[in-house]
Amino acid sequence: MGSFLNALPGAIGQGLIWGIMAVGVYITFRVLDFADLTVDGTLATGGAVLVVTMYAGVNVYLALLIAFLAGCVTGLVTGLLHTRFGIPPILAGILTQLALYSVNLRILGKSNQPLSVYKYHLIASMTSIGKAIAVVAVIAACLIGVLYWFFGTELGASIRATGCNMSMAKANGINTNRTKIMALVLSNGIVALAGGLLTQYQGFADINMGRGAIVIGLAAVIIGEVIFGKIFRNFALRLVSVVIGGILYYIVMQFVISLGLNTDDLKLLTAAIVALFLGIPYIRGRWAETHVKTKGAAGHA
Amino acid sequence: MLEIRGVSKTFNAKTINEKKALENINLTLNEGDFVTVIGGNGAGKSTLLNMIAGVYPVDCGSIVIDGKDVTRLSEHRRAKFIGRVFQDPRTGTAADMQIDENLAIAARRGLSKSLRPGVTRAERERYKELLGQLDLGLETRLTSKVGLLSGGQRQAVTLLMATLKKPKLLLLDEHTAALDPKTAKKVLELTRQIVERDGLTTVMITHNMKDAIAIGNRLIMMNEGKIIYDVSGDEKKALKTADLLEKFKTNAGEELDNDRMLLS
Repeated sequence: MGSFLNALPGAIGQGLIWGIMAVGVYITFRVLDFADLTVDGTLATGGAVLVVTMYAGVNVYLALLIAFLAGCVTGLVTGLLHTRFGIPPILAGILTQLALYSVNLRILGKSNQPLSVYKYHLIASMTSIGKAIAVVAVIAACLIGVLYWFFGTELGASIRATGCNMSMAKANGINTNRTKIMALVLSNGIVALAGGLLTQYQGFADINMGRGAIVIGLAAVIIGEVIFGKIFRNFALRLVSVVIGGILYYIVMQFVISLGLNTDDLKLLTAAIVALFLGIPYIRGRWAETHVKTKGAAGHA
Repeated sequence: MLEIRGVSKTFNAKTINEKKALENINLTLNEGDFVTVIGGNGAGKSTLLNMIAGVYPVDCGSIVIDGKDVTRLSEHRRAKFIGRVFQDPRTGTAADMQIDENLAIAARRGLSKSLRPGVTRAERERYKELLGQLDLGLETRLTSKVGLLSGGQRQAVTLLMATLKKPKLLLLDEHTAALDPKTAKKVLELTRQIVERDGLTTVMITHNMKDAIAIGNRLIMMNEGKIIYDVSGDEKKALKTADLLEKFKTNAGEELDNDRMLLS
């Protein structure tokens, strides 16, 4: 238990960063209703771009901005594959993700590059965890504020309408191809930003750092919804619940590790948890179907 | 206001499922015309509306709305000219968005979207008033999600959305068919009021022959992708349902096979 408590701040820091990533996933998965697998590649792109720009002497804030923009480009590619080539969402994301593996290697030069806090000015490093948590929390709060404002604008409302009802969107003059691309660009930008923060936090960028990111993002989204879904109705609060979902996810993971689970098995556990929660509404529906009360109050014919 | 010239559409061409949905349709509507469309199952009524709205491209022919050739314009671009209400109440509204947000999107139909607020306070006041006129108790539920409304309420909201920014053309695709008789009557009455008030050029598909006769100044009967009867003015007013069935038999050479139509 002691080791768990010691590891708690680390889990919170990491969870916050993955929570920001999950906010990006929320935009595609929940708002746009588009399961975007690009993010596995995009997270590493964000990390890789941050490392090489900082190697080149770029200031950390500007480096994060460039990482964000690089993520926007990966989202744009998936968006174009889907809207211009008519490739289904999941496949479009997989294609970009695969291509990004090569691109990320090119950017990074090799599969792993260190980013030492002793050599570079970093704003979120696990070597000073309190500061890192504070900084990332502020970034998350600002991000949620901006997104809350954006999705209340005409453009943001068009994106929401596209995700909710494409027929309605088109009938009301919304260019749904454009709104889809905008959402993908924004989402992947946020994921790459999280990749840049994660790289600083762990002190290196790795070609595999994004593997399974989409599933962790979904886990955060679902945990947030399960716990706060009934009380958080407002859009900003929903995004807050996603970030908290990310933190809770890492706390739970840290807890099972402290119970002695082999870290190699974590991804299996994550996948199982996400599959379970995604499946619950469906299973519940099936159960209700097969357990209809045929006896008793027969009001309807 | 609307000119359709030689429009044809075949689905699944050159396959075993080939279906000629529209065959050389020619139709001209004058400004302020209110046309009702009736016809058997698969006569091409909905396809005609979808062609006008640009849901899918025509095989040949041209469609001109208010002097502008829209044949090659995509659906969302044509939306600038067209207000639509669909048969399924779920189609015309975004269920997860609030009533005021739905209305605000409709109010911006055909305008470019910017980073201005999606709904302004002044708009909310206006929407409250317009919803009050519907007399469905929606004026106090401006921030309710549309998904919580009944089918009739959703259809009324969709009708309001379709006409909020005055369209050149209002397309109604059996918009009361999914509602219970009482609600259907109310939505139909609302339709008539709005169309008359704004003098909208309207095309309404209906399966109710009495409505088709009672409403509007012109009636079109379709069968197998063709317009087989087109009547307006006093001649239309004098029509009886029996006349329509008789007309169908003579012009189409068979009995009318629209089950819902015959049952209503």
